Amino acid sequence: MAALYEGYTLCGLVQAQNQSDSGIQGIESERDSDHVVVTDSTRSVTLYKVSDQKPLGSWTVKQGQTLTCSAVYNSHTKEYVAVSDNKVIRVWKEEDIILDKAFKATVSSDVWRVHSVPGGEPVVLFQRGAVRLLDSLLSAPQQPVEEVLAQEEAIRWSTTVIAEAAQFVIFQTEQKGDHFLYLQRPNLNAVQRYRLEREEPGLSPLSFSASYRDKHINLLYLYPNGHVYQSVVSVRGPGMEEEAQALPLPRNLLFALPVGEGLLGAASALALDEAHVAVVGVPHPSAGAGKDFLCIWNTNFQTLQAGKEMSGKIYGQLWSYSSKLFIPHGKSLSVIPYECPKSSLASALGKLRQARTEESKAPASVPSWNTILHGEKVQPSRTVETRKTRTTRKTQSAPSLTVDQVLELIKTAPVEEVQREVEGLLSRSDIQELQPSVGQLASSLVSRSVADPAFYTPGTLAQLVHTQCLCHSVCPDLLLLALERKDYFLCQLCLQLFPDVPEAVTCACLKTFISVPDADADSMSLEPDSVAFMESVITGGRGQGGLQNGFSPAPFEEDGTDPLSGGGAQTKTTAEDKEKTVTEPGQTCPVGLHKAVLLNEVLQTAYSDTFLLPHLKDLSSQQVILFLQYLQFLYLRYSQDTFTQTHGLRSPTLTQIMDWVCLLLDAHFTVLVMTPEAKGLLLNLHRFVKSQVRLFSELGKIEGSLEELQKIKVKKEVGQYSIEVIELF
Amino acid sequence: MGEFKVHRVRFFDYMPSAIRAMAFNSRTERLALSRADGALEVFNFADSYFQEKVIPGQDGRAVEALCWVRGRLFSAGLNGEITEYDLENLRPKYTMEAYGGPVWTICSNSQGTHLAIGCEDGTVKIFEVLEETIRFQRNLDRQKGRIISLSWHPSGALIAAGMMDMIKVFNAESGHATHRLLVERGVGASKSREVVVWSVAFLSDHTIISGDSAGKVQVWDGVTGTLVRTHLVTKWDVLALSDESSLLAGTSEGTVVQFQFISSTVDQHDKEWVRTRTFKNHTHDVRALAHTDTAVVSGGMDTQLVVRPLLEKVEKNTQESALRKIAFPHRSLVSCGKKAGMLLFQFHGHLELWRLGESDGHGKPGDSLPVKRKPEKLIQLKRKGDDHICCSALSPCGGWLAYSTISSVRLYRLQYNGSNISITKVAKLPKVLRSAHQLCFSSDSSKLFASTTHSSVIIIALSQSECKYLHTLRPKSGTRQPVHLMSASEDGKWLATANSDCEIHVYSLHKLKLHCTVPVYSSCPTAMAIHPTTSNLVMVHADQQIFEYSLVQKEYTEWSRKLQKQGLHHLWLARDTPITHLTFNPRNPAHIIMHDTYMFCIIDQNLICKTFQVRSLFGVKLQTMAYHMEHLLCVSLLEDHSLVVVERPLLDIASQLPAPVRQKKFAT
Repeated sequence: MAALYEGYTLCGLVQAQNQSDSGIQGIESERDSDHVVVTDSTRSVTLYKVSDQKPLGSWTVKQGQTLTCSAVYNSHTKEYVAVSDNKVIRVWKEEDIILDKAFKATVSSDVWRVHSVPGGEPVVLFQRGAVRLLDSLLSAPQQPVEEVLAQEEAIRWSTTVIAEAAQFVIFQTEQKGDHFLYLQRPNLNAVQRYRLEREEPGLSPLSFSASYRDKHINLLYLYPNGHVYQSVVSVRGPGMEEEAQALPLPRNLLFALPVGEGLLGAASALALDEAHVAVVGVPHPSAGAGKDFLCIWNTNFQTLQAGKEMSGKIYGQLWSYSSKLFIPHGKSLSVIPYECPKSSLASALGKLRQARTEESKAPASVPSWNTILHGEKVQPSRTVETRKTRTTRKTQSAPSLTVDQVLELIKTAPVEEVQREVEGLLSRSDIQELQPSVGQLASSLVSRSVADPAFYTPGTLAQLVHTQCLCHSVCPDLLLLALERKDYFLCQLCLQLFPDVPEAVTCACLKTFISVPDADADSMSLEPDSVAFMESVITGGRGQGGLQNGFSPAPFEEDGTDPLSGGGAQTKTTAEDKEKTVTEPGQTCPVGLHKAVLLNEVLQTAYSDTFLLPHLKDLSSQQVILFLQYLQFLYLRYSQDTFTQTHGLRSPTLTQIMDWVCLLLDAHFTVLVMTPEAKGLLLNLHRFVKSQVRLFSELGKIEGSLEELQKIKVKKEVGQYSIEVIELF
Repeated sequence: MGEFKVHRVRFFDYMPSAIRAMAFNSRTERLALSRADGALEVFNFADSYFQEKVIPGQDGRAVEALCWVRGRLFSAGLNGEITEYDLENLRPKYTMEAYGGPVWTICSNSQGTHLAIGCEDGTVKIFEVLEETIRFQRNLDRQKGRIISLSWHPSGALIAAGMMDMIKVFNAESGHATHRLLVERGVGASKSREVVVWSVAFLSDHTIISGDSAGKVQVWDGVTGTLVRTHLVTKWDVLALSDESSLLAGTSEGTVVQFQFISSTVDQHDKEWVRTRTFKNHTHDVRALAHTDTAVVSGGMDTQLVVRPLLEKVEKNTQESALRKIAFPHRSLVSCGKKAGMLLFQFHGHLELWRLGESDGHGKPGDSLPVKRKPEKLIQLKRKGDDHICCSALSPCGGWLAYSTISSVRLYRLQYNGSNISITKVAKLPKVLRSAHQLCFSSDSSKLFASTTHSSVIIIALSQSECKYLHTLRPKSGTRQPVHLMSASEDGKWLATANSDCEIHVYSLHKLKLHCTVPVYSSCPTAMAIHPTTSNLVMVHADQQIFEYSLVQKEYTEWSRKLQKQGLHHLWLARDTPITHLTFNPRNPAHIIMHDTYMFCIIDQNLICKTFQVRSLFGVKLQTMAYHMEHLLCVSLLEDHSLVVVERPLLDIASQLPAPVRQKKFAT
């Protein structure tokens, strides 16, 4: 789990006249992880030692001048670079006390920003989009600067990234509501231009963050509606012709942050690593509408990992250097250390051992979620077209729809189309990627089906259940819907694959299954394996005399119990009336094949008897008797040899059967006692119990005598004299 | 081989007595050891630690100290006498009254010319060692209090004497005490008790090292008479001390502590005595210690002789480096009346004659049969006189019983009719039969063989009416060593004897003369027997080698040669107890049954040697383990083909020992 630690204040904020402005223009890293240069929005630049919360130096421009870009530190020359009044580039060292005496050069065009990253040269980005290396610019400050941007295009955000030993200047512009992204390599003068997909009209990105990993530049941007998109740009993108059309920039929605009412005003999202995003200015999902929160989200699991309420106003500014978040809020600039351990499935499930310090060498057996998701196939975007996407696009005549679009479709489209699209979606994409959306798809399908009696897509639902990404709690209505629509195949699937079917629902299923007319049941198609098993139970073992588990029906007749007609206690299993045994109630299956299969599924579901018992009482006595008869039948079958153990198929165990018998008797005993038809059955069951009791008492005796044997062996001690027989070869 | 009915006998209450003193002769590599009952044992460390000689004890003789002077062995005891032993006839040569009360210690100078003894009356007496005897020379200055321990300076000019509360250094020439070293008493309650200097060692650099009853080992400067260093070794007494460049101290807790004269830090030249190692191989007091070149030898109240090799002196992981515990004598104390089903147990003070039990049942291997008739002690025969029994024999028919002390041989006629037993002493034994080292009956019980001096064998013919001297068999080699093994053949033709010179002589009993002498092998034979049908003599030696010698052809047999060529299995050779008895299986002449303390095995001569090794070692050893047989004193085959196994578990011996010094154990 990512964590935010206790923060501390680095400095107070000089409140500008404008309340919406934090007064900080920029924070840049200095020589090492513990130093930052903070540029305020007016005139001064301050160097801080972060851990000491102490300014080490401060430089101010003259009254009347303003700094128009945040100062950066050039790690090569150990100089600071800033721009005042858009055109004057100032370069100074830490020893220089008075800024005005330091080097300055006036350039011919307005400068937007100076960027510098460790390992790269400082780069100057002009407001009109031109990019120059600082060195070359300073060698001829008055050199003409070309205009790259169109007339009404203006830079909104920029950064620089070192990728594959090359430095990229990335900036985003806006032109009449359209947003473009430029990737420029100052050394090569090559520009890549992309057009951002439009969000809802009038919305422009609130914040950008760029990072380089896996040979791609990952852009993360946040819209006021809370959507966080990720775009991946190849650093080896196609070299762009001068006047060529801007390529559309593919994006995918990482997640939609809860926005509360209205749109976000001042907010910022910052990618911390491949799986974690720090967000500021967005409400905490569980803390009302206040937006004064700093949160770390996991993009893989879409989970909130850590959150912190920031006092005072949030300005939507956020920087991160060496595991520290710098966030201006209220009247101070806070530093908040954080930690984002590599997220893994194990840690998400809470299975990872709590060894923070050893996080780096986490057991190799824990599959990393990140490598699963991002390891081989970096992103499903269209910039690098994988073969898979290409082929799917070829086969797919219609444009493939995103999950959101499909979700929309489900709400309105006819059955066939929904089926086609959902299946298409499922076949197109990797199940693991789809995991979060499977639930959404299923629940929207179910809600449509519930609302619209004519709408039902059994195949699609079965397919969704088959992904094994669903469980009962994700869409609780699914099983009930299936029951209602008499889609027993789906019911069976759900009972098999859902680990969390509540007892009430199990009971409802049981009730429905018992009361299904056999004719109906036989017409339905069920899972072939379980049907095969049940067939073998019904047909096989007939006439096989072998007994198991100590229960032999025959001897009990001699015990003196009357052969009863109703419940079927005629248990003469002698060789002569082998034919007759077929007709005996204990030996024939009291329910049809398919019904038995369904009941088996019920038997195999997990339950807790305290919760199940009250629901069982809802069964009518007829249903109980039928079910008990079926259980008895199963028990007898199981008691015969050659069974169960030989079957690798999914089948109820003897214990499960016995447990259900007990539960049923517990729930309905008084009713059963009063019901004349149940009398024989009860007597039979009584015999089960008796036989079991006898078996266990015999086992106990054997155990006792075996123990005694063991004691004897231990006690064996040679006395003074003995005569023994030994064998020598 | 098939099934055997086995009589497992555990009623032989053999109890070895505690080890009291030890002396190691590094020239001959013999260790002399005295026990609390006065018995003396000589072990040959050069020959697999074989117990070469045993001199039986005597009532009233308690050996307190032992001393080698060249090849001669002297002892002194609390009876106030000095004894020299005749190692050829295994008896005391002479004893000499010291007239100083009980003698606590005896010590010779390094030149071997003089003996010093420490007496109860406070005198140190010097004896001159002469060719045949010793002669009192003089007393050193008489002290107050007994002399407990003595040590000569290697130069022979000075003697250190350990006493009560002090150590005195005497000038051996003048007899005057030159130094008095006061030994501190123990702290606390023992402050009031005198401290006994149990042992001293006088080193060539005039360092004196003492061990005392307060648990201290102290290093003194013998020139200045000052204490150099004190090592507190134990809370109890330090009882024994032995010196070399390393020094050993045994304690009442059963530990042996080694000190070494080394520099305490590397590349530092001033050496000092540093406590280096602690061995814990004993449960009781360590009463005697010896330091050989390569090993620490210790013995004490728990009756076991422990040889603990110092690992820096021997090659690692060899037979040499293994710890040895010698708990049982290397000769048989049990003789078996094969035909009568009787066992004779020899104790030092008496003999016990037992009749084995009977069972008519049959059973599967591993079964214990019901005992129809319990074993019965027929006779307990007390010896006459002060001398302890040195050997005994029971005739195969059970009709004769003989035992010998160093002074006399006694023969008894037994008559047993199933319920009553009568024993009559044979009154007139031939005069020539005065003592015997070994006794043995012929298989038809008609002759008694008794080995006497110079390895000669006296043959006595036995009959109902009289017993008559027949002949004396003498070896031609002129050896003076005693016979320790004697074996008569089943057919009455041959008699084989083995002596401590490793010579094996075979006599023809028909011709009553020496038949042949087996080529002398370097190791002492520990067991031998003549095959009943082939008349081959099978011998096992202390180094575990097995030989077979054809008496007819007078040469080693083919099998023996093959065995030697092939070499014995290393696991066989690695056993550390000698084979003490061997016998043949009448049902299969190729089978030889052998046993040592820990196992018995059957050697099948028909199998090629390789198989023999594997089977005897893995097959049989496993078998003894499977039947939980331990510490075998005798394995013998009765005439009815049932085996008799006499066991004496060490645990039973340990349970009869006196309680060791109480030690506080955790949570007790």
